[in-house]
Amino acid sequence: MTTVTAEPAPPSTPSGRSARPSRLRRSWDKHWYAWAMVLPVVIVLAVLIFYPLFRGIWLSFTNLNEANQVAEICTKSITGSEVCAENPNRWEFVGLDNYVRVLTGEVGEFWQWTGTTLIWTFVCVAFHFGLGLGLATMLNRPMRFRSLYRVLLVLPWAVPAFVSAFAWKFIFNERFGLANALLSAVGIDPVSWFADRWTALLTAIVTNIWLGVPFMMVALLGGMQTIPSELYEAAEIDGASAWQRFKNITLPGLRPVSMTVILLGTIWTFNMFPIIFLVTEGQPAGQSEILVTGAYRAAFEGIRNYSLASTYGVLILSILLVFSVFYRRALRKQGEVW
Amino acid sequence: MSRVKRPARSRRSPARSVLLHGTLLVASVIAIGPIVWVLLSSLKPGYAIQSSELTLFRDTTLANYAYVLTETNFPRWFLNSVIVAAFTMGIGIFLSATTGYAVSRFNFPGRRPLMMVFLVTQMFPVAILIVPIYTIMARLGLINTMPALIIAYLTIAVPFCAWMLKGYFDSIPTSLDEAAALDGCGPFATFWRVVLPLARPAVAVTAFYTFLTAWGEVAYASAFIQTDDKFTLAYGLQQFVPQFNPQWEYLTAAAVLVTVPAGLVFFFAQKHLVSGLTAGGTKG
Repeated sequence: MTTVTAEPAPPSTPSGRSARPSRLRRSWDKHWYAWAMVLPVVIVLAVLIFYPLFRGIWLSFTNLNEANQVAEICTKSITGSEVCAENPNRWEFVGLDNYVRVLTGEVGEFWQWTGTTLIWTFVCVAFHFGLGLGLATMLNRPMRFRSLYRVLLVLPWAVPAFVSAFAWKFIFNERFGLANALLSAVGIDPVSWFADRWTALLTAIVTNIWLGVPFMMVALLGGMQTIPSELYEAAEIDGASAWQRFKNITLPGLRPVSMTVILLGTIWTFNMFPIIFLVTEGQPAGQSEILVTGAYRAAFEGIRNYSLASTYGVLILSILLVFSVFYRRALRKQGEVW
Repeated sequence: MSRVKRPARSRRSPARSVLLHGTLLVASVIAIGPIVWVLLSSLKPGYAIQSSELTLFRDTTLANYAYVLTETNFPRWFLNSVIVAAFTMGIGIFLSATTGYAVSRFNFPGRRPLMMVFLVTQMFPVAILIVPIYTIMARLGLINTMPALIIAYLTIAVPFCAWMLKGYFDSIPTSLDEAAALDGCGPFATFWRVVLPLARPAVAVTAFYTFLTAWGEVAYASAFIQTDDKFTLAYGLQQFVPQFNPQWEYLTAAAVLVTVPAGLVFFFAQKHLVSGLTAGGTKG
């Protein structure tokens, strides 16, 4: 995320070798203003993101759940006084047990969910980007009704995700949904969408594509408008075809935007909770779960298993971290400063 | 946008023109189709929705809206959502703007790690780490209060917005800051009176994004809020679709009512969406 293209602030050059306290002092004098400006965000993130993260990592090595979380069990005796005894089944450190249980499939379907998540993420991001790029290219030329098209195409972004989820669930309803009505109108038998793993996943993917294209389109359209039009004029004078202009000017010009939105899109889609949770609800029989929703159900249905939830959280975060490290490295190899 | 006069390169042939407009038309229909379908359904009585016959209008009525607005706690939830979204938006814009500005203009120690942290926060599986966050909220005594939601939504929205605003601030020449400083503006006045007004498109996108985050979030809302009078819309609406007897007619009406404010915010922000997100994207 950090670019070094524009470094507006003057470079900090501590003159000479000053003693440690005074350098600290100087650093404080110089930077206190910037620190003050970011402080509120840092505090909130530290309290609500990093403390839970570290606590989550710790919990993933314990067996904490709803049933064994109390340290003492208190019972009221007949006389009214309370007698407390130590809870014999109190939660404790269990090492890697949770990870072993999750990865061997003893609880949940880690590998199946991961597979589904990968398909889900790949298909969604590919369509988001492809459709977004196509629509942005079309909207980037002068024509009539351009602003109207743009407003209409961006509109799905303004619909809250849970409303879209309900809307599409309604459309894919087996008995009275629009999808089946349209299918039978052209003579195809109605499909019971949520009875099969792949059709169920299809409904969720369609919903998510519909939801996510506007963001990509807007970001790419913005990127296209920063490409200097002289480049296109020069190419035209040299006799480049529309396809050549697209391939040799538009695509390279969009690289920085594309790389960022693809990374963000992948992370967001990977962790997209409401769509699967509300549209397919994991039907049939949990086969259309992705990692986040599957983990949520495994950990929170029945007795809430906090340690199991944390284990999944840590695994998901690790997958995404590994992905972004490789992604960055791949970009760097191609000379991208990012 | 339309003011930008492009040289009349290759005049489009009629066939290509038809193809272009045809594709965009189809795409637009797909984009607004589901919204329109829900809107049409919300005007039908329950039995007409549940019939498998495909009709656009049937026994048109506003009864669903009347029911949702008068017989349920919907107005209360609506008010709660407005309060939560408004605070998230206001505080979110302020925090992301100051953070984005600091990261864009000052080369302070901790700047690069902070930007990395913003990216990492996007990787958090919120639904799963919700329990530790719940514990913290409980310890702070914030369970079942709106501040809990506002704070939680800020953690979702601010990192992305700060990063986006940073990109936009980068595209504003620093010579303006220097000129303002020469005229006697302190760093904050420079930011508040000179740079921020210039970043209006990006601020508009931030407003849109923070509002939508707060308006449509389900997971935190269902975890932190326990009593009916404190529900936000996103959570309250689920009461219309219980597992076994979903009341689609009320749900569709409520969905339309929920989308209207989001649509209004969108309407004011949409002019700036493209240019506001641009700089953030290119400089990412």
